[in-house]
Amino acid sequence: MSLDYLLNPENWSLANSAGFPQRILEHLAYTGLALALAFAIAFPLGLWIGHTGRGAFLAINIGNAGRALPTLGVLMLALALVGIGLLPVTIALVVLAIPPILASTYAGIRAVPPTVVDAARGIGMTEPQIALRTELPIAAPIVIGGVRNAALQVISTATIAAYVGLGGLGRFLFDGLALRDYSRVVAGAVVLAVLAVVIDLLLAGAQRILVSPGVTGRQARRVTVGSKS
Amino acid sequence: MGFFADVIRYLQINGETVLQALLEHIWLALLPVLIAFVLAVPIGWLVVRVKPLSQIILAGSSVMYTIPSLALLLLLPGIIGTSVLDTINVVIALTLYSVALLVRTSADALGSIDDAAVQAAVSMGYGPVRRWFTIDLPLAMPVLLTGLRVATVANVSMVSVAALIGIGGLGQLFTRGFQLGFYAPPIVIGLVLSVLLAVVADLAIVAVQRLATPWTRAGKTA
Repeated sequence: MSLDYLLNPENWSLANSAGFPQRILEHLAYTGLALALAFAIAFPLGLWIGHTGRGAFLAINIGNAGRALPTLGVLMLALALVGIGLLPVTIALVVLAIPPILASTYAGIRAVPPTVVDAARGIGMTEPQIALRTELPIAAPIVIGGVRNAALQVISTATIAAYVGLGGLGRFLFDGLALRDYSRVVAGAVVLAVLAVVIDLLLAGAQRILVSPGVTGRQARRVTVGSKS
Repeated sequence: MGFFADVIRYLQINGETVLQALLEHIWLALLPVLIAFVLAVPIGWLVVRVKPLSQIILAGSSVMYTIPSLALLLLLPGIIGTSVLDTINVVIALTLYSVALLVRTSADALGSIDDAAVQAAVSMGYGPVRRWFTIDLPLAMPVLLTGLRVATVANVSMVSVAALIGIGGLGQLFTRGFQLGFYAPPIVIGLVLSVLLAVVADLAIVAVQRLATPWTRAGKTA
């Protein structure tokens, strides 16, 4: 396994429009765009379905069906329908990211103990307040878990953008395969894998910051560990 | 109507290729799950039993699952010395993902076994081996099979990625549609067959689950 391409400083130059920094930025841009759109669609819907209990069938089945849909096929179908460009890639990635966000938001809200919701209602909170200030904070770890899941899948699938002539880290993979330059393929695959792991760690960090310390169970766990020893 | 006629015509002309792609897809997706199931149960058992190992194994499996499938498919040949076009890469890559996913569920499954049932078995004189196969494993089955459903469906959809580097399965119908200038019939046939396969495999595991764990049904109706 040759690491020449990966370690060549020229490929890491910011000025090189086909170098790693540029491709990483493109890759993150496709990923961010798709995640933002998917979140804007799936999160409010999941919150509403979870809070009202209406359409639970929809949330569960979109979650399951989404896992079964091969994204490559969705991308090709989108290309056949709307033509080549950023739009079909974004459509395919959004279709990929909606199910995990929708399913986890719904599941997180449903998992909130009914007594807590009753208590919130009892002290006079309105329904939107209950959803946003009581259910959401308690469901936050599960919701963010769904977003992490979606982000991972989108990062790993955004490589297909390069298959249809766009940028991103997939370029190193497909160009390398076409040119029989395995060193380039390895470089692209390594950078892609590291990027996925780093983004996942960053989101795990965000989870620690965003989730209220009373909810994570971190303190509770610390107490049990202490009492055992 | 024209589109359906195109789909039927495509199937008439390329029926054999489509069938071959489907069969290849089936074994490429399901073989790794079977191997992974056999591997993951003992690893899950280790995770439950040996505390220092559990952190390493669980962290390792979550990092494993984070690695993008296309990257792994292309890195594996360099690591294990196969050719990029070898189907064994797909089998190994998907086995690694399935193990990563199933280790966690089998640890959960084996960790959640009711201690009273185990103690009852021990007091009735069950030896460790007999206890494991007749008490522990059946009680862990519902959670194990739930994990297996997730892994199976994920694999069926992941196999198509292999087509990007020229390895078989229904994904080849997608790349065929691409090569024909985004010709929709093979793409739609591939999508429908892939989703159908995932649904059928999922239902098959549900059926096994109902047969293998009759007490879960008994509890619900009572």
